[in-house]
Amino acid sequence: MKYVDEFRDPKKAKTLLNEIEALVAKIEICRTRPLQIMEVCGGHTHSIFRYGIENMLPEEIELVHGPGCPVCVLPMGRVDDCVALAEQPDTIFTTFGDAMRVPGSKKSLLQAKADGADVRMVYSPLDALRLAKEYSDKEVIFFGLGFETTMPSTALTVLQAEADGVENFSLFCNHITIIPTIKAILDSPDVHLDGFLGPGHVSLVIGDKPYEFIAEHYRRPLVIAGFEPLDILHSIWMVLKQLAEDRCEVENQYSRAAPAEGNAQALEAIGRVFELREFFEWRGLGSIDHSGVRIRAEYARFDAEQKFTVPDIKIADPKSCQCGEVLKGVIKPRQCKIFGTACTPENPMGALMVSSEGACAADYSYGGIEMDDAGKPQRASAP
Amino acid sequence: MSTVAAPVRRRRGRLQVRTVTLAHGGGGKAMRDLIDDVFVSAFDNSMLEPLEDQARIGLASLTKYGDRLAFTTDSYVVDPLFFPGGDIGKLAVCGTVNDLAVGGAKPLYLSCGVIIEEGLEVETLRQIARSMRDAAKAAGVEIVTGDTKVVDRGACDKLFINTTGLGVIRQGLEIGADKARPGDAILVNGLLGDHGAAILDARGDLALDTPIESDCAALHGLIDAILTACPNVRCLRDATRGGIATVLNEVAQNSQVGIILDEAAVPLREEVKGFCEILGLDPLYLANEGKLVCVVAANETDAALTAMRANPLGEMGSVIGRVTEAPAGTVVMETTFGGRRVVDMLVGDQLPRIC
Repeated sequence: MKYVDEFRDPKKAKTLLNEIEALVAKIEICRTRPLQIMEVCGGHTHSIFRYGIENMLPEEIELVHGPGCPVCVLPMGRVDDCVALAEQPDTIFTTFGDAMRVPGSKKSLLQAKADGADVRMVYSPLDALRLAKEYSDKEVIFFGLGFETTMPSTALTVLQAEADGVENFSLFCNHITIIPTIKAILDSPDVHLDGFLGPGHVSLVIGDKPYEFIAEHYRRPLVIAGFEPLDILHSIWMVLKQLAEDRCEVENQYSRAAPAEGNAQALEAIGRVFELREFFEWRGLGSIDHSGVRIRAEYARFDAEQKFTVPDIKIADPKSCQCGEVLKGVIKPRQCKIFGTACTPENPMGALMVSSEGACAADYSYGGIEMDDAGKPQRASAP
Repeated sequence: MSTVAAPVRRRRGRLQVRTVTLAHGGGGKAMRDLIDDVFVSAFDNSMLEPLEDQARIGLASLTKYGDRLAFTTDSYVVDPLFFPGGDIGKLAVCGTVNDLAVGGAKPLYLSCGVIIEEGLEVETLRQIARSMRDAAKAAGVEIVTGDTKVVDRGACDKLFINTTGLGVIRQGLEIGADKARPGDAILVNGLLGDHGAAILDARGDLALDTPIESDCAALHGLIDAILTACPNVRCLRDATRGGIATVLNEVAQNSQVGIILDEAAVPLREEVKGFCEILGLDPLYLANEGKLVCVVAANETDAALTAMRANPLGEMGSVIGRVTEAPAGTVVMETTFGGRRVVDMLVGDQLPRIC
């Protein structure tokens, strides 16, 4: 495909990999321990596994798959709330596809649908608004989920609902914001992250300013990265270059899409409709201050949490889960005690096993290929 | 010596109503008229016509084709009923014909069981029956027995079809998913993922304007050509639900071998690639209805490929991978980018990704 294949060129990859190896040789840390680079965004995790990038990199580089999969970090209690909303009479509950399978404490939305709830998969919040207009005798609830990437379209849909005078549409808002979570991870005592790949699509909305504290205060390089495999290799190269030259800056590899100043219109829509919550619960990480948004009082009539009663019960992560440690790069997915045994994609116990963008699910399904001495691929032994 | 009277041709009933109602499932005259009007007249063969409770098949007519029966069944529940490149009727015939053919069988007879939701337009049903007739004719099979049920609105979605197929396997053929050996080549007969993409697109809620058509086709002719060119084919599977990824995993597991897939060699239509990019889907898991995976010994690869490409349904045939000793039971893809990853079985359906 034109404009895509160019970013998947194996010859250019080879050149970049050679340069990456040359840089690794110059970086002091690599002599004592693996260098840890966290890709924050689930989209990057997906590309890394899809193209098999991890095993192309030199051994000295360890990619840590960060918290940027919104489906994974959704707490069980919130899924229970979704199910409760969906099971109300005369309700059509609409959601993005990959949220359907996320387990709640009793059931997933997929199970709720099987039990008779009217749960429908949509591709945009505007589809939900259209349904509300079509079924004026039903309440249509949209399950708003994701980072600043999906937040603008949800905000614009609420504004559109207001403009069109739609009364039977509401939003169950679970939008989250990545910056406080990166900060929380960097504040953990057991973390050794050496650099970051910044989320390209989030940056497209928020610009590169919000990351500056990472370079200035925490002294870690961050490169805003695109999602094609060459983007990712190029961004890793840029992080390494900073480390080799002892620099800590916010750089933008994805400037073809993400301007430094972000998207003013999108930010304006977000600001009009949403405000920060005091705190929000993340599956695997716990409660993080100012990491989620809710609907402003002016738009309360579109807020499913205010319009209806939701159970709002916190469900603790299972004790055996080590998602937090995997998320911070303290252990690798296969080092978790229950990886592949009690916790599998069929029956996920922990957040990271839930969606294919989660570090553990991706590793379970796509990873674990090692080369034997003859250069032949072997499946890594089960943990 | 007794004389056999020529069969009296029954006068067939005709439906006067526009839609199917519960009365058409009641076992009475209305049902008889529906069966006559829609199915008997379309399928038009002497084994079905007497409407006995079973079709009667002479053993001699079977044994001339081989030494084993192949027997298979499949149910078809596609939404929408009509899609670019086919409809549920064509699918119900081709799918079952293919399930017989990939076992090395000559497909001969099908049954047709339908479950109709009340309210379905009779003309829709006629159209689907005609489509089944055309597909059966093209595949050289006859639909010789059937069943009709009508259920309450909401108890099924418009129309479900079950077809059971009977075929005969040629003597000497031993095809199985457990027969792949290290060194073998993996072939497919053309562009992958068309059916899955066409169906998702035809549901309409994606609002994409793509010209993707289902690849729905009966593969018995192609398979016959491949088997004639290389009778020692190890394994044949049609890559329907779950796509080639699922089929290859079944082969890897049943044969306890590794399969190395070359991403660059996997034939995909540009439109299907784009479709998958937008929705975050993996084309390896998209359903096909006219594509097969064929495992052959290395020294028969060229013969199989030549036979494949000589057939209209295999013109785009290609070698997409090879069988290795390790990692046993696993499919590994060498990506176009130069990396490697496992291609696992899916847990459930593929769901579009959020962002």
